[in-house]
Amino acid sequence: MDLRELYQDIILDHGRHPRNFGALSDASHFAHGHNPLCGDKVTIFVKLDGDRIVEARFEGHGCAISTASASLMTEVVKNKTLAEADALFQNFHTKVTGGEQIALPAALEDDGDRLEPLAGVKSYPARVKCATLAWHTFEAAMHAGSIAAAVKTE
Amino acid sequence: MTMLAPLRPVAGNSFDVAWIRREFPVFERNPGLVFLDTAASAQKPRSVIDGIAEFYRSDYANVHRGVYGLSARSTARFEGARETVRRFLNAADVSEIVFVRGATEGLNLVAQSWGATFLKPGDQVLLSALEHHSNIVPWQQLRDRLGLELVIVPLDSSGGLDVAAFERLLTPRTRLVAITHIANVTGHVVPAAALVRLAHARGAKILLDGCQAVPRLPVDVQALDCDFYVLSGHKCYGPTGIGVLYAKRAILDAMPPWQSGGDMITTVTFERTTYQEPPQRFEAGTPDISGAIGLALALDFMDQVGRTTIRDHEQALTRYARDRLATMPGVSVVGAGSECLGVVSFTVDGVHPHDLATIFDQSNVAIRAGHHCAQPLMDTLGLAATARASFGIYSDESDVDALVTAIRAAQRLFDRPVQG
Repeated sequence: MDLRELYQDIILDHGRHPRNFGALSDASHFAHGHNPLCGDKVTIFVKLDGDRIVEARFEGHGCAISTASASLMTEVVKNKTLAEADALFQNFHTKVTGGEQIALPAALEDDGDRLEPLAGVKSYPARVKCATLAWHTFEAAMHAGSIAAAVKTE
Repeated sequence: MTMLAPLRPVAGNSFDVAWIRREFPVFERNPGLVFLDTAASAQKPRSVIDGIAEFYRSDYANVHRGVYGLSARSTARFEGARETVRRFLNAADVSEIVFVRGATEGLNLVAQSWGATFLKPGDQVLLSALEHHSNIVPWQQLRDRLGLELVIVPLDSSGGLDVAAFERLLTPRTRLVAITHIANVTGHVVPAAALVRLAHARGAKILLDGCQAVPRLPVDVQALDCDFYVLSGHKCYGPTGIGVLYAKRAILDAMPPWQSGGDMITTVTFERTTYQEPPQRFEAGTPDISGAIGLALALDFMDQVGRTTIRDHEQALTRYARDRLATMPGVSVVGAGSECLGVVSFTVDGVHPHDLATIFDQSNVAIRAGHHCAQPLMDTLGLAATARASFGIYSDESDVDALVTAIRAAQRLFDRPVQG
């Protein structure tokens, strides 16, 4: 596989200039994620209004894949309900692991397409964890309620 | 017994890497492989791979038990391997060589047997900022159990061990110094003999972690005068699952068993058990017989090539690699100084080490990326991760050249203008 399919323009752009980067002082939920194998660290901050995500930000350091994935994630989950965010995660997970695709509701298809550039990692099994770290951490933040949670992928 | 193929004579200082490579089947099966991860685990020569299989075919039975010929042969091979290790390390006596699963198990053995017996609350154990997790965590566990204090020797400005600080931090409360012989992240060689003298002058025992040193340097435990020395077989061209704890006989004599079972006892009744002398006291159960034999074959291989020859080769190659990388724009080599051996850690501006490793893999260049099981060192250096290239007996300048080319390719890929 051509490395340019893995490191697409959009990945490099978000890796260099991550969106929604920095702590969210009035977050209602947050969690720390850590990949002990490579040392990548990410903290996800979310502000919920009812079951709607009104703000999502992240902090941390990692490779181009994990940074771009966190950046794109914070963009697509904003203004989504928790159920919609979960549907996006399920769909994304099958995209990057090469599993059978879980279809998205029509309203989320555009957001699903925005995550498509990360699908290249399915050809690099050692790198799948890089792409999913932010999402697992986001999930931990949601499930732990407003208490800080920690997630590890390895 | 399998005989090693005779090595082609090496003329002068030249090191016949092409011949060496032919002795490592992995290069035949993986054409174009640029293997730069020997510090994680070394590849295996044919003599080790075939020798283990041949042992199972010809001489295998359990050791130390059978009265029949096959078991006697197996025992002779196993104990012969112990003698090979003794000779290789120049230990005074074969009973000072304890077979363990690897350096990690050796360190745990010392912590749990010697440490738990002879260390008291308030005693200090001196470690360095260069250590691998395996030489940190067993001491932390013991600290929490016994109320010890761990004292960490900092780095000097070159990223090596600060010897002046080492001397300053040794106190009458220091009972043990546990320090790496060669740092696995930066390749820094510590002045082991000098550290031993300083530790002994303060009445402390000293343990050296030889994982990276044994494959690269001639190691003489009597000349070093260290109290403990550990190594992993798989890092010096032997099989996984076998390693060695060397300790002075008087120290081993005073140490209680740590694991118990068969083979380490002399008599057992339901009331009481008496234990074997060292080294059997520390080798409960059926040992890794073929592992020990494979390790001995690996050490024989290194001896045939010549250990000073290996050291000179690694020294020249490490210098070449550091020089090449240091002149590349956007590349930073971690740690300075000429005292580095076999390992080069580096970072590339704008490209995370993990991305480097993936990109390099496309051109068959295998390196390690991450924290290298030395997170406290990475914290000290202020780095989350580095890329690490490490060399072996089969590495040469062409491997370094391939690495340089791969770095340039990564820079081209990542520095290109992109559309947001």
